[in-house]
Formats: sequence, C-alpha cells, structure tokens
Amino acid sequence: MWFPRLASDRVLRARPVEAPFALTLKDKNAERLYCLNREAEQAGLHRGMSFADARAYCPDLVSRPARPDLDARFLTALSRWARLYAPWVGVEGADGLVLDITGTPHLFGGEAAMLADMRARAARAGLELRLGLAGTRGAAWALAHYGEGIAAPGDEAEALSPLPVAALRLEPEVSTGLERVGLRRIGDLLATARAPLSRRFGPGLLMRLDQALGRAPEALSPLAEPPHYGLRLTLPEPIGLVADVMAATARLLAPLCERLKANGAGARRLQLTLRRVDQASRQVELRLAGPMREPARILPLFERGIAEVDAGYGIDQIRLEAVTVEPLAVQQIAIGAARQEPERLDDLITRIGTRIGLENIRRFLPADSHIPERAFTLAPAAFSRPEGAWLNPRPRPLSLFPPEPIAGRGNRPPDRFRWRRMMLTTGQATGPERIAPEWWLEDEGWRAGLRDYWKVETREGRRLWLFHTPENPGWFVQGEFA
Amino acid sequence: MQTGFSSSFPLRRARVHEVCGPGAFAFAAIAAASATGPVIWVREGWLADSVNPVAVARFFDPARLLLALGKDQTDSLAVTEEALKDGAAPFVVVEVTRPLDLREGRRLQLAAKAGRATGLCLIPEGMGSNAAETRWQAAPLFDPGARDSTLMRWESIKNKSGTLGAWHVRWNEETRHLHVVSPAGERPGSARAPG
Repeated sequence: MWFPRLASDRVLRARPVEAPFALTLKDKNAERLYCLNREAEQAGLHRGMSFADARAYCPDLVSRPARPDLDARFLTALSRWARLYAPWVGVEGADGLVLDITGTPHLFGGEAAMLADMRARAARAGLELRLGLAGTRGAAWALAHYGEGIAAPGDEAEALSPLPVAALRLEPEVSTGLERVGLRRIGDLLATARAPLSRRFGPGLLMRLDQALGRAPEALSPLAEPPHYGLRLTLPEPIGLVADVMAATARLLAPLCERLKANGAGARRLQLTLRRVDQASRQVELRLAGPMREPARILPLFERGIAEVDAGYGIDQIRLEAVTVEPLAVQQIAIGAARQEPERLDDLITRIGTRIGLENIRRFLPADSHIPERAFTLAPAAFSRPEGAWLNPRPRPLSLFPPEPIAGRGNRPPDRFRWRRMMLTTGQATGPERIAPEWWLEDEGWRAGLRDYWKVETREGRRLWLFHTPENPGWFVQGEFA
Repeated sequence: MQTGFSSSFPLRRARVHEVCGPGAFAFAAIAAASATGPVIWVREGWLADSVNPVAVARFFDPARLLLALGKDQTDSLAVTEEALKDGAAPFVVVEVTRPLDLREGRRLQLAAKAGRATGLCLIPEGMGSNAAETRWQAAPLFDPGARDSTLMRWESIKNKSGTLGAWHVRWNEETRHLHVVSPAGERPGSARAPG
C-alpha cells in the first residue's frame, strides 16, 4: 500500500481545499514543497521545488507548513486500520504500509476483490492509494509505485520487466548510472550478465533484484502493536450538559479500564478531548497521584475539569485516552474491607492536584547536609515515597526563614536586641554551634562564610535561632524554636 | 483546671479550630502529633518562612506530613475544604493570611463535619472567624534554668462548648506527650508573652 500524497491528504481531510494545495517544509534554509495535491501537480509543480518558485508558477497556491511527526502518527493509525486485512502490518518508508496477506484474501472474496475494497475505503477516507500485490515484498513495492497490479507468485519477472529500474528501491545514483549505460527497464537488467553488474554497481543492486524476484529472502517486520488506550464516542446529537458529558465519559471509561486491567496497567495521566460542533476541541487533562483503573474512582475526578469546559454549541465527539500508563499488578481485595487508606489519600491528592497542580503537593524527604535549609528536600508527593530517617542530633527550630539581620557585636549574642519591632532581652543562650558552608555548592546566602549558631531564649518567651558570622561580623535571626 | 484542659485539648474531632500567636506552629505540631494518619498542611506558596521537617520530627514522623502549596488564599481554602471533606487525612492545617468571612468559615466547618476530619487554622492575631469551634492563643514562655525547654502558655480564648482557660504546657520529646506543667488557673498575665 502506498499513499503517494499522505501528508497533504491528511491535512485536506480536516479542511478540504478546491485549489492547488501544497505543504512546505523548511530544508536547508529554503522553504520547499513537501507534498502537494493533484491540482497542484497539474499546475506543473513538483516535490522539492522551492516555495518561491512554486508561488511564481501558480499564484493561487494554498500552502501550509508540513508536520512530518503528525504524518508519522497518521501512518501508524492507518497501520491499525490495515489490520482489518492482515494480521501482520509493517510500515514501509514514510508513506507506505506493507501487509502480509497470506491466507486472508478469501475472506474478502479473492485478491482482486480485496484490493477493490481497500481502494473503496481509502477513497471514502479521502486518501489516494496505490496498491501492489505480489509474492515478494520488493515486487509489491515496485508494482505499487510504478503501475499498480497483481503479480501471481512466480510471475514476478514478467510483471516487473516493463517497469523502470528505479522500481527496485535503488539509490538514485545507482538508477541514474544504470540509465546512463542504457539499462532502463528491469527486463534489461534481467537479460544482463550478473557479474559485471555487481562489479560496476556493488552488491546492493543484485540484492534488490533478487529480493524483488524472490531469490533472496526479505522479512516483513510487523509493527509491534503496543496496547492502545484510546477510545472514541461519536454522538448523533451534540450535548452540552455536564451530567451528559460525564455519562458519556463513564461509557468510555469502563471499556478503557477493562483494557488497562487486561494488560496489568493503570492510567497515570488521562486526556479527554471534547470536540465541539464548530470543530474546535477542548481538552481536559487528568493527572492521577498513582496508577489506577477503577472507573468509579476516576470518574468523579473528571468532574471539575469537565465543568470548566465551554461547550459552545455542543459537543459531538468525545475521545478518552490514557496518555501515560504505568504497570499496576492485580491486587486481591479483602472482602468487606473499606477502601484502603493509601488509595483514599491518592484520590485526595489527585483531586487537590486538579486545583493547584499535582506538583504543588509535596512531601519532605531528608537530605544529607549540615546546612539547616538543605537538610530536607521537597518532592512532589505523587512521584515520591516517604523514605529515609530523620535524625536531629541537635535541636533545630520549627520554623525557618531567610536570615533577618539584627544589631549586635562581638561573638556572644547581644543582651538586648530588636527583632521584628520587638525589644527582646536574652535570658539564656546555648551555643555556639559552628556550621561551615558547603564549598562545593555556590550559595548566595552563605557568602558571609562560617556561621556560629546560638539558641537564644529570651525573657519575653520567644526562643530564637541566631547566628553570628565571625568572618564578616554580623548577627542574624534565622528561625524560631517551638 | 486540669480537667478543663483535657476536655478541650485534644482538639474536638470533625471541627475546625483556630490558633494564633507566636507559638502557633508548635501548637499545630503538637495537635497533629495527637492525631493519627497523614497530616495535610496547606499554605500559600509565596510565604517566606517554612516548616522545618527536621524539627517536626520531635513531634511526629515527618513522613506523615504533606504540604499543599496554593497560589493564594482562595486556593488554599478550596484545598482545605476538599481535604476536610474527604477525610483521608484526619488532620488538616491551613495557614490563613487574611480574615475568613462567615461563609468561608462555615464551609470549612461543614466540610470537617462531613469528612470527620479536624481542621486547624493558623491565623494572624485578631483575625478569628466566628465559625471556629475553639480559638487558642499560644506563646512560648521563658523557662529559666531549663535546657531545650518547650514551656508554652496556651490560652483558650474562644470555646463554643466548654470553658475558657489558660495552661502552661510542655512537650516531652521522649514520651511524645504533652504535660500540663502548673495548673496556671491563677491570673493570666503574670507571665504573658508580648506580641
């Protein structure tokens, strides 16, 4: 199967244009035509032409930038469609599919009927399709690209003889070289002695020839079929109420979760795409705090996102996809037990996460550092587990804040000082505890060098954590004890 | 007065309480230590001071603590309401930076009731909400002669269903228990902390 205009057909399917149309791709600083429709080709344009030239030839050319990544995804989608015809489907180049139809044509009433069916379906989908059917992969490729047809097994030589040598999937230099010595058709090649050919053009040419004729094996590598977690629901009438959209989502969610369960997986990120009647689409993304696959748990989490969507004139297509999936083993459920605590907490984190962002729910993890503000790290709770031991050999303040300077001199805490507009009197001071900066980490706050920490209990009650920087004399308050 | 304290201190469940004063963090940590299960601490992301988990370890296991950082107070109240209503975390602390209005206070109270979770608002001085079940003022006290003292004065300044009172308390780190030091029923104000 060859889709000669895959890229432009993909774009034109979404928004048809009755005029010369081309996709442009920037290549080596020049906009070049990447793919074009039939009208544009009739106007004398061709692939690889520079966009400026094309505009000069054909002023009413409609163009759009090409998106090869989307084309590749489209081709993968087509390969899923092609599994209708054969169990083994592989991708051939950027715009072709290769099918091993061994044993399937009789289901469609013969090879010719099967090809007709493929053509009809592709035409209905607005895709231009060329087909080649042969006993070998090479011959099928040649037929699809240069004169469609069916070659019965064993007849490859006759079927291929009238085709140009380029049909053998040769490098451009090799095929021009062949044409230069007068070998234009595959038939000419077959009639030539093999040894001089291989000396002149290398072993690649003969390998391709043998592959096309079935003398050398060529395997079809079917695409690994990753489980696809996407479902779509098209509605006969547009809907707009939150309850209706939720009901539709519930209908998609149940089979999706079944599929996740069958594959021992759980969804971590779900995406709900709501296509409106006016073709605009709205997306609701749900990021879960842990992999899960119970529809009853997931559905309520969508409520907030769906309520925010502007339905416009109504929604007529809903697509639900599990974008990120993580393995989730099947667990035995204790009969009669309530939902387990960690699960409930995960649900809560997800629900809060839809409001403030999942990464804004954090947990503390101990870190190995003497520097008080680096003795812990904050990690998003959804992507970390509580671990590590909290050691505090020395008392540390319950609240930490950026150092606030106070007036003081000498290396003993001042007897009286002002802090946050309060006059405080030192009642009792414990210290010093010297902490040296970590020289391997550049830290603005530690420029002043060593710090001698003191716990100062004031007569007014406040228990503060003061430090003195002996290298650049100064006193600061950095925390408050319980 | 000792009985009075035990009737109001482990904070009544399924209600929202308030605490103000310089000892509010310690009050929250001790109240969280007396609860079980995860603790959600809701605050606004821009606040400069932070809870130090190394010190939290003196009160309860910091692994129980989850921090939710909202953008503004509307966010943090919404998160608090959601967390209280769910009840998966039986203790929710929220730092409030502007006074709650009646509707917000009442919503939190109803959410706490629905989820059977305890809420605690750390409020700036004098910004209490009428819907709060109890309101406390917590301040550290100078304790001459003792090292690493955690002597505090807790005064209950509002109580919807109980008596008011003031107590001197001290946290015992080894037993993880709160001791009421002296039945300081005598005149509050003798050792009152400023601010």
